[in-house]
Amino acid sequence: MLFHSIFFYFFSIIAIFSALMVITSRSTVNSVFFLILDFISIGCLFIMVGAEFLGIIILIVYVGAVAVLFLFVVMMLNVAQQKQSWFIGKKSSHIPFGLVVSVIIFLELLVVLGGWKYKENVMSSSNLLLNESISNTHQIGRVMYTDYILYFQISGIILLLSMIGAIVLTYQKRDNIKKQSYINQISREKLTSIELKKVEFEKGVKIDD
Amino acid sequence: MEYLDIFINEIYKIFFLVVPILVSVALIVWLDRRVWGFVQKRRGPNVVGPFGLFQTLADALKYIFKEIIIPASSNKIIFILAPIVTMTLALVAWAVIPFGENLVLSDINIGILYLFAISSLGVYGIIMGGWASNSKYPFLGAIRSAAQMVSYEVSIGIIIINVLLCVGSLNLTDIVLAQKNIWFVIPLFPMFVIFFISALAETNRPPFDLPEAEAELVAGYQTEYSGMMYAMFWLGEYANILLMCAMGSILFLGGWLPPIDIYPFNVIPSPIWIIFKILFLFFLFAIVKAIVPRYRYDQLMRLGWKIFLPFSLLYVVLTASFLFYFDMLPTKEF
Repeated sequence: MLFHSIFFYFFSIIAIFSALMVITSRSTVNSVFFLILDFISIGCLFIMVGAEFLGIIILIVYVGAVAVLFLFVVMMLNVAQQKQSWFIGKKSSHIPFGLVVSVIIFLELLVVLGGWKYKENVMSSSNLLLNESISNTHQIGRVMYTDYILYFQISGIILLLSMIGAIVLTYQKRDNIKKQSYINQISREKLTSIELKKVEFEKGVKIDD
Repeated sequence: MEYLDIFINEIYKIFFLVVPILVSVALIVWLDRRVWGFVQKRRGPNVVGPFGLFQTLADALKYIFKEIIIPASSNKIIFILAPIVTMTLALVAWAVIPFGENLVLSDINIGILYLFAISSLGVYGIIMGGWASNSKYPFLGAIRSAAQMVSYEVSIGIIIINVLLCVGSLNLTDIVLAQKNIWFVIPLFPMFVIFFISALAETNRPPFDLPEAEAELVAGYQTEYSGMMYAMFWLGEYANILLMCAMGSILFLGGWLPPIDIYPFNVIPSPIWIIFKILFLFFLFAIVKAIVPRYRYDQLMRLGWKIFLPFSLLYVVLTASFLFYFDMLPTKEF
């Protein structure tokens, strides 16, 4: 138990420290790196409480894909030079908004967690019977694809819609660009690719069409 | 005291796993250059030691004695961290690779997800190195590799789903034991081919070595690195390649199992079999490096997203329906 608590405090101190560094560090890229560190330590905490599937999924999805894209965007937009001076120096307009949002989140968490702790039969909307003997990957699979299949598929469709929306918003159809058509390239034959043209005097031929 | 015993015991085991891996990385670099040389009708490294086997050690010695140059305008912490991240991630993943029935450092029941997560974290070494160098070519290389590795992870993930459908467990030992009757390379042969190509792209090997394409980007994300830091990138890269070969041999080639369970084959110890399979896959990697020209970047993206992704998704549906129709879905209780 001693080792367990040592590791727990180790990971949670890293998680809290890096969460603070995300909002206070001066360069944006460093913020994203601290965010990654935060995700990793949260994943480790998940593994420590026995939810190894969720922990690894956090690593794969958030660290392996989402944070890479974050980093990508932050580096490409070149906002790394922008100095954040939220806590030091001149007054900032971000703090009131941040405070309001965080107070709301705190109250929500208070209601949900407090209700879950003290009034379980009021807050809980599920009546799952968890079998302790099977691994939690199987447990999640059994619940997600049977009782909650509708919610699962709806969330999938929402993700698909947002993806299509993003593509529609950013897609621009451009003419006048040369595109490689693989089908045309492969289906070229000797007979159709070479053509003998009779060149008229003082007119030439029109190629490249 | 009990904890200390466990701790020392584990360190002892880790030591006997890491040292052979580092040595085999050195030998594998030699093999790679040798195969490359033979394909091009050269001899390859053949001077240092018997058949030139110690060439990599000589190279490593040279790297150790070279000066490490850190660019003045780089972000120093991240610059130094990048090769360490690459090397560490390439080595930690070996913890779950089973070399025999009970010959595995940690037999966790989400082994394949762990492998997948670690290999998807590998992109950070490259991005960090490319960005922290504060130079154009490394940055371009880093951006290329970020997009490339994220896209090919998707198809690798779906290929893993294919295998998992046939196994019914995420544990690597279970995956190998499920191939006792038939290796998955036979029923899932198209997936094996796609896995192999995606592994080439995931480890930035030719023909997909665009992050370090020397014709366009000098050396990509490694441009500003020198001395031992460059060597660490290089070792990490080869350790990653070996890891991908190990993953391929576990998922498709039956891991430590012999091809047929009869007399002369089943007396050979299981680690020999898996090492032989890893070497076979690595030989393919080396041959591909020697004979295939480099892809263009848009072709690479097209291959990943427009061909591999739909095809492997289709194969998932096919595998699932086949298993369901013939009532062969694994329904092992855990």
